[in-house]
Amino acid sequence: MAEYTAETEHGLQPAPPPGPVREFWHSFKENRGAVIGLVVFSTFLLIAIIAPLLAPYGPAQQFRDHLLQPPVWQDGGSWQFPLGTDPLGRDMVSRLLYGARFSFFIGVVVVAIATFFGVVIGVIAGFAPRWADTLIMRVMDIVLSFPSLLMALVLVAILGPSLINAMIAIAVVLQPHFVRLTRAAVLSERAKDYVTAARVAGSGQLRIMFKTVLPNCLSPIIVQAALSFSTAVLDAAALGFLGMGAQPPTPEWGTMLAEAREFILRAWWVVTLPGLCILVTVLAINLMGDGLRDALDPKLKRS
Amino acid sequence: MLSFLVRRLLTFVPTFFGVTLVSFAFIRLLPGDPILLLAGERGVSQERYEQLSAQLGFDQPLWKQYIDYLAGIFQGDLGTSFVTKRPVIDEFFALFPATLELSLCAIVIAILLGIPAGVIAAVYRGKFFDRTLMTTALVGYSMPIFWWALLLIIVFSSGLGWTPVSGRISLMYFFDTPTGFMLIDSLLADQDGAFLSAVSHLILPSIVLATIPLAIIARQTRSAMLEVLGEDYMRTARAKGLPPLKINGVHALRNAMIPVITVIGLSVGTLLAGAILTETIFSWPGIGKWMVDSIFRRDYQVVQGGLLMIATIVMIVNLTVDVLYGLINPKIRKG
Repeated sequence: MAEYTAETEHGLQPAPPPGPVREFWHSFKENRGAVIGLVVFSTFLLIAIIAPLLAPYGPAQQFRDHLLQPPVWQDGGSWQFPLGTDPLGRDMVSRLLYGARFSFFIGVVVVAIATFFGVVIGVIAGFAPRWADTLIMRVMDIVLSFPSLLMALVLVAILGPSLINAMIAIAVVLQPHFVRLTRAAVLSERAKDYVTAARVAGSGQLRIMFKTVLPNCLSPIIVQAALSFSTAVLDAAALGFLGMGAQPPTPEWGTMLAEAREFILRAWWVVTLPGLCILVTVLAINLMGDGLRDALDPKLKRS
Repeated sequence: MLSFLVRRLLTFVPTFFGVTLVSFAFIRLLPGDPILLLAGERGVSQERYEQLSAQLGFDQPLWKQYIDYLAGIFQGDLGTSFVTKRPVIDEFFALFPATLELSLCAIVIAILLGIPAGVIAAVYRGKFFDRTLMTTALVGYSMPIFWWALLLIIVFSSGLGWTPVSGRISLMYFFDTPTGFMLIDSLLADQDGAFLSAVSHLILPSIVLATIPLAIIARQTRSAMLEVLGEDYMRTARAKGLPPLKINGVHALRNAMIPVITVIGLSVGTLLAGAILTETIFSWPGIGKWMVDSIFRRDYQVVQGGLLMIATIVMIVNLTVDVLYGLINPKIRKG
């Protein structure tokens, strides 16, 4: 972008094109699903942030006299616990609200780790000599040969079951996708004239890699990051469900499901509600991701 | 074509060795003494410790251990389970048909429903049908399948009592399983109700496992169809006055199939990952449940062997898909 403004400063001033953000928003808001996704996502994010203010009780607070109390609209329910209580007498509303925090925390951290390392390695692979590029890509192929959840499970077995380790494992599994995507984008960009121009102007290799080329490769990476966010939330919940993620009494939605599994026939709400939260969150992110892709990457447009 | 094949095979070999390296490293990366880990919580005497160490080669230098490990792999030796004392490879092949049967049923469901759904959505683009189908597909794609499985159990197993909750067949039936596929074996056994029992056990797990591939296939078919529908030869076909079914079903679908086939091939990894959750929930005795159980039992020889086998299967399928893709699409072959 810097080169562009330098050239136009010589007096010829064409009408300014709409800024990239406005242009993006213009096509994003055309997609009704994406806007719904954004609204739901923002709501959940807000809930995650202010969960302690909204939640009537602490997520681990037990009410021994109210074990497995049904939601308010069923016989035996009361407004004291609008969505009922779990087998240990903890308020479902409070636990679900706090659960939103974990899902967002997981998504943000996993995507940040996976994107950072994936993009750096991808850019390096795109500029590296042939042998180093081949080596990097073979290593990524190896990681991708293992089904993601299995690889994550095994990594957690090595690191020990905890939420942090589950997040690291999922980031490791997601990261090769960023490497491949970034490398492909870099390879198609690096032969272009503006890169040669920057080189002729004396830019260093690092500057060319990360300041000249990388900003032009961002669209597919942003889309991938959005879609990885939902994978991260789903996989972390799956690991929690298998007992390899967040450990009880953490109110993580997948872990809550696992804890409640044996009560599936007696108390539908302890199983149904956490799963519904996972589904709605993931669905909202995927809706947004589709909208992002259509808005940022016209080549990949679905329709 | 030959050079394409050779090039593709050449990338297979180093990746395979990389995968063996990962599975080799697995036991050695676990925190703690690998022999004590393998022996489990009971602990071992000093004498037994040294015996195990020599037997498993842990007293050798690392590179020698790896060479021995590789040599073992090429002779079909993936070690022995510490829990069942059986060779890992035997356990794998005993359980693999169950996973294969489940995965095949799931992928058949996904293809049979996903492709027509994608075609219909593309033909009625932007209409009610399209929007409903694609919203459903996105919900399926976003589904936490372990939760979906529990919901189906609540409704169909405990609510309506239509399907059993776990296993491959009712415990009433005993017969030989020469093929390992319960559907075929129950037919061969020719016992009253055996086949129906097998089907009723298979149906919920297959639906659960099919959910995500079905959504992916439907979305991919739709977008591939939309691309094809805009082509000139489609206009020609319409101008010739061909019936719409023939235009959409034959001309368009055939050309839209290439990306769809790729997606189907690549969903093998998704299926195997999904099998881990599905088999655990439905107590389906396949390799997904086997892996999870082994991780919890700390039966690390099994985990190591299973990792290698599963990754090898994924790699072989991906290789096959790539080669087929090259055969169908000359652009790739030459590129």
